[in-house]
Amino acid sequence: MSGCEKILSIHRGAISRAATFLVAVCAVPLFLPAQDTPLISGGVGFLTSTTGGNTTYIPVLSPVLAAPLGNHLLVESRATLLESFFPKGNGQPGYTSASFKGLSYLQLDYLAAPHATIVAGEFLTPFGTYNERLTPIWTSNFESAPLIFSAGTMGTASSVGGMIRGDAVSTPNVSLSYAGYFSASSKNQQFNAERSAGGRASLFFPQPRLEIGGSYGRRLQDTHENFAGIHLWWEPANVPVKFRSEYAHAPHSEGYWIESEFRLTHDADAPGIRGGFAPVIRWQQTFRSSPDPTDGLPSANTRRPDFGLDYHFPHEVRINASYSRQFSSTGDVNIWETGIVYRFLFPTWRGK
Amino acid sequence: MNLQSKYRNRIFASCCTGLLLAALPLFSAQNTQQKQQALASQSQAAGAPDHEGSGEEKFQQYCSRCHRAPQSISPRIAGTVVRHMRVRASLSAQDERAILRYLSAQ
Repeated sequence: MSGCEKILSIHRGAISRAATFLVAVCAVPLFLPAQDTPLISGGVGFLTSTTGGNTTYIPVLSPVLAAPLGNHLLVESRATLLESFFPKGNGQPGYTSASFKGLSYLQLDYLAAPHATIVAGEFLTPFGTYNERLTPIWTSNFESAPLIFSAGTMGTASSVGGMIRGDAVSTPNVSLSYAGYFSASSKNQQFNAERSAGGRASLFFPQPRLEIGGSYGRRLQDTHENFAGIHLWWEPANVPVKFRSEYAHAPHSEGYWIESEFRLTHDADAPGIRGGFAPVIRWQQTFRSSPDPTDGLPSANTRRPDFGLDYHFPHEVRINASYSRQFSSTGDVNIWETGIVYRFLFPTWRGK
Repeated sequence: MNLQSKYRNRIFASCCTGLLLAALPLFSAQNTQQKQQALASQSQAAGAPDHEGSGEEKFQQYCSRCHRAPQSISPRIAGTVVRHMRVRASLSAQDERAILRYLSAQ
């Protein structure tokens, strides 16, 4: 057999296996229970941000796909497509634009056991709480991420590799959740990640609705570095207020944020102003111990209060507006942000 | 001097934050327990298995921590939504079943 025939034979086998896999994947939905129809969800919005008098306009679409395969598998993905229009600068009039299209995650989840799920593919790096829970545009109270967001999330906030996660203990009084991951280095444009490992563990007390946890991450390429963080969330059932906080320590900087969301009523579904309004406040601070222009944190000690007002309209539409004042030795600056976001959720196909 | 002042401010801010966050649950624990008992008796009345707790209670505890509930969820995707949230929110299989039962009954 010539070299060429050998290669053809190998490829024929690979093509055959890929075709079999595709047919199997396509056929699986036919055998799914009715309530396991794949879904499309996400948000579409129009955001503005004015920093130091320069306004950027950002139309954004962030779709989510979730498709069960059988009883133990789930494929899920979230993408972000946006165009940002910003002033040309350097004294030139008019605006220029830049577009971004990217996947936040594309992962296969295997529900291996009642308390363990194995994840493979590209996934959000499980460090702290903001990256996994509050980055969707329809979830976060403020448009801008906290100043310490890049600490522990390894630059891209996504990892490519494997993760095991779940709820190790779940009782009426306490539950212990965990996530541990390993990421390979990937230079692919859509699956960009750094070689790293780490994880997060948190204790949740359902009665007071109090969660406390810690995260650890280690960068394993170039200069090996450690990151650590703790988080504390408290969302009492009998008071219409939420507290969220996070602290992160990076090799050359550290910082924290504390956020409170208030509501005018316990019933978030109450009609009118009482159910719709949610004033939010966030206080954040970072401390620079040594220069590092690559870590994504402010180059000098920074303090920043954020004041926001969210209003939830019927039919899944939310508007938000916020004002922030950033204090730093590099210069104080005002930041104004506004946004309108529509959240959608529907089956991929209509049932009988 | 500056360094001492910086650390003193940082430690003071951390202590205040810690004390505030640690003290707040004390004010809510009693009412929360009463509410939990009421929810538990409701779920028993509705025939929900006692050891799995109320699905609504689980939904409030796990899903509403990060986001408001969608106004409606099609029954065709209730299972997919809950499986998605099982991975995102690190739910146990037991909690997943309880929330699915709650959503299916909506």
